[in-house]
Amino acid sequence: MAYKKGDALTARELAAQIPPKERLRRGPVAMVECVEEIPCNPCVEICPQGAISMPGGLNKLPRLDWEKCNGCGVCVSGCPGLAIFMVDLTEGRDRAKVALPYEFIPLPEKGDKVMALDREGNELGPVDVIRVQKGKRLDRTPIVTIAVPRKWALAARSIRRLGR
Amino acid sequence: MAEIRLTEHPILQFKRGRKISFTFNGKKLDGHEGETVAAALHAAGVTTYRRSPQLHRPRGFFCAIGKCSSCLMTVDGVPNVRICITPLREGMKVCSPKGKGQLPEDDPATIWTWPGQYVDKILETEVAIIGAGPAGLSAAVETTRMGAETVVFDENDGIGGQLIKQTHMFFGSKEQHAKVRGIDIVPLLLEQIDDSRAQIMLEATAIGLYADKTLGVVRRQELFGLRAQKIIMASGASENMLAFEHCDLPGVYGAGAVQTLMNVYGLIPGRRVLMVGAGNIGLIVSYQLLQAGVEVVEVIEAAPYIGGYHVHAAKIRRAGVPIHTCHTITKASGQEKVEGAVVAQVDSHWQPIPNTQRELAVDVICLAVGLSPTAELLFQAGCQSCYIPELGGHVAVHDENLETTVKGIYVAGDASGIEEASTAMLEGRLAGLCAAESLGKKAISERKEEILSQLKELRTGPFGEKARKGKEMMRQEACRYGL
Repeated sequence: MAYKKGDALTARELAAQIPPKERLRRGPVAMVECVEEIPCNPCVEICPQGAISMPGGLNKLPRLDWEKCNGCGVCVSGCPGLAIFMVDLTEGRDRAKVALPYEFIPLPEKGDKVMALDREGNELGPVDVIRVQKGKRLDRTPIVTIAVPRKWALAARSIRRLGR
Repeated sequence: MAEIRLTEHPILQFKRGRKISFTFNGKKLDGHEGETVAAALHAAGVTTYRRSPQLHRPRGFFCAIGKCSSCLMTVDGVPNVRICITPLREGMKVCSPKGKGQLPEDDPATIWTWPGQYVDKILETEVAIIGAGPAGLSAAVETTRMGAETVVFDENDGIGGQLIKQTHMFFGSKEQHAKVRGIDIVPLLLEQIDDSRAQIMLEATAIGLYADKTLGVVRRQELFGLRAQKIIMASGASENMLAFEHCDLPGVYGAGAVQTLMNVYGLIPGRRVLMVGAGNIGLIVSYQLLQAGVEVVEVIEAAPYIGGYHVHAAKIRRAGVPIHTCHTITKASGQEKVEGAVVAQVDSHWQPIPNTQRELAVDVICLAVGLSPTAELLFQAGCQSCYIPELGGHVAVHDENLETTVKGIYVAGDASGIEEASTAMLEGRLAGLCAAESLGKKAISERKEEILSQLKELRTGPFGEKARKGKEMMRQEACRYGL
């Protein structure tokens, strides 16, 4: 398990978190990139759809019911580990939307061109910011949504911090 | 390039007090009301405070939470003042001590009358709690709720302990304030303390604890005694040092020090940081540094695996920070302060492998290599100690109710064994409940069961293994002492 050495999750380690193709085609859906048994369960509590469960208790892995998840994004800012992302493949054949938690300043604005980064901080390429959500409900964890080429839908997980 | 003083932060807002002046070795400097002397000096660019008595090496702060004595200075004539926890006041005269610091007069006995005073009185209370951090405040929630008259001491000038530096959302479940940021938990705890029964004394350092449960307390320049029927030691922990060449240079800071500067006073510790240690603290503080706009050059970890949660590692990895396991630091470079670091790979015996050294240009080396329980006062009072590496070293032997071998003295939080803030809060509640119960206050047995079951749950799972093992060894020690 390379992630135990501080590496990013591999495709194989992520396999169980990737929603089925058929579900991805239908609309935005969460990807819960939480693969370690740690004592943590706010995602279960906050999902308005009751789509996340933790069979076996606090120290077990979260399980997302893709059918119940409607892609609302509440969990993206509510996960203490900032480990939940929203993926939307309904933006046409070549594009995808990725919503990610972003706790840095300055916050990008809608329409900004930013550099998309993968799980290891490698540059993927410039992308457009299409939505920025902030406010009291998000409790200082804003959500930035970027439009990316579809091939990056499962790879783009951050953006280069502005002004750096 | 960022200024030392942060004006904006993604999570925090810094409200600085009015500008005030003080002198450092005769030189006039400015700081802000509400800052400590050390914070004001750091903001003014002063990193070397004094010279070590024998080898005349530069000395600055290391832990910045009043535990390590690296920052001892002469303040307004009083020698050996820990300036990292001393609030700055207008006109203060801060001087480097000569040698080990001189008492103001020839006769050492005058220290009690000049410039402070010895108050010839012993106060009385039912419960005294040492430390107003997560464990101490939680203990006060229970003792006051059960009707016990309680005094809480803290040597800082504010409550919350290390919670006030935790900008991240807590893990755990709703009962332990999961998803709430550490900084926001402090007011929640304060709200639950019945203030008709509690007195919180700040800037008050417990300097002695005796078997009859009398405490010696220094508050500002005043020394007094306090006799309590029950004592709860919630004194937290101190940062571990790591031995390497020039590890005493200013710029080698504990992770808690970096958090204090950054998240309490809004001061960046430096421009480029090497983080040593990839446990949760190392990973979380690295992320906090990024949030403050500071570059984290890399994180190194001597073990083959990171000790912290993957989700914490993932946050800094996707921001481009490398993590190197099987790596250690062998040297800090620089004359007056850190200007660089040498890191190397280690073999399976933790020895640096020749020809793997790399030089890094950094101005801060942040040590996140573990904590040690602060339990000295317990040992002074005669509490039996034992050495349990899983709990962070020397700890006071205690039973399931957190009572030590001296009846009526309890220990909770990191002082009882290093764990997380969530368990510290639960232990605080447990100690508070048991202390009040033994005073004859009416206990609610379901609450104790509830706390014990939450503690058990938090210590379940792969990451709870160390704590489980440590607490099991403690149980055996307690049996040995007939607890």
